[in-house]
Amino acid sequence: MAHAQDHVSSGASASHDDWPDRIHAVFKKFNVRQIGHVPDTGHTRLIALCARDNEIKDVVLTSEAEGPGLVLGATLGGERAALLMQSSGVGNCINTFSVLQNCAAPCVLIVTMRGEFNDFNPWQRPMGKMTEEALKLCGFHVYRVDEEKDVEPVVSAACDMAFGGNFQVAVLLSQRMINRMPGAH
Amino acid sequence: MLDRREFVARLLKDRGDLMVLTGLGTATFDVAAQGDNPLNFYIWSGMGCTAMVGLGLALARPDRRVAVITGDGDVLMALGSLATIASKQPNNLSIVCIDNAVYAATGMQPTATGAGCDLAATARACGFKQVVAPTDIAEADTLRPLLHSGQGPVFMHVRVGTQKHKRIIPTRDGYGMKHRFLEASGKKAMI
Repeated sequence: MAHAQDHVSSGASASHDDWPDRIHAVFKKFNVRQIGHVPDTGHTRLIALCARDNEIKDVVLTSEAEGPGLVLGATLGGERAALLMQSSGVGNCINTFSVLQNCAAPCVLIVTMRGEFNDFNPWQRPMGKMTEEALKLCGFHVYRVDEEKDVEPVVSAACDMAFGGNFQVAVLLSQRMINRMPGAH
Repeated sequence: MLDRREFVARLLKDRGDLMVLTGLGTATFDVAAQGDNPLNFYIWSGMGCTAMVGLGLALARPDRRVAVITGDGDVLMALGSLATIASKQPNNLSIVCIDNAVYAATGMQPTATGAGCDLAATARACGFKQVVAPTDIAEADTLRPLLHSGQGPVFMHVRVGTQKHKRIIPTRDGYGMKHRFLEASGKKAMI
């Protein structure tokens, strides 16, 4: 994973742009052992942190639709799992999310928002616009984070709710917040 | 053509503590017909996700063997997951695809395998460690050890006929199945 390592070593130090490190620390605190992901610029650093973590099995998915199955399998094996994707990926999961509700499999989903602020690709708007409502219809409890200072407490609350009560909980990271990341478009 | 129910019966003989996941469709009835088992997990929604449930379980339980038994419709719906699984090379996971080339549960409409899509070749191209394609019923016995001790990931492509069998419908209580599965495999219900 040389590519991932590069992103880690050249990444943030502290302060406003180290929120991916704080999410990773929350995952560690809650003993999350599997991460399924489809990349997004906003998730680059978090994916790299998980990939180099020997206690976390990270799985690159060919489609976000594969993620809920992975989470259910982890649950049946006694492990906690989380998914990382961008808002367009939520639309790919609608049917497979059903297995999580049907089996009360806990899932923490971290979504980087697209199509809502300063996105170079306006075609991201339709799916970005319906992401939160779609997740709610799929049974998720949904938090939204607009300020980086809220990342740690909200992701922590999401993990507490999901793993404490076998619920599905999503955290939407606003595109305006992510755009402050170096390298993000 | 192979008889699916007989093949599954012989494949699951003396299964021991093998964990078995089944996908939406007739494969669930084939497995349930061999008798219910707390280490069976029948997936009743999210068609296409069965192989990925197998990956999550295989990664979480490297100490155990996991077999996904499902149909060609389920595999075709998420062909990309074969690439995902192969990229992780789970040594303890086998995918058994019972391929009758039709969607039997919904009225025998043809699937892509009947038009030439070769799932064994697909699995091989994705990077599965072992790919087998039995054509004789006796191979259910000779290939059975692959599920229990073969170097995975294994893809077993079983082309079968369209013989009719009784629908054996097992539990559809996902919450109950999760708990009995965790208990039977020595894990706490609350993780």
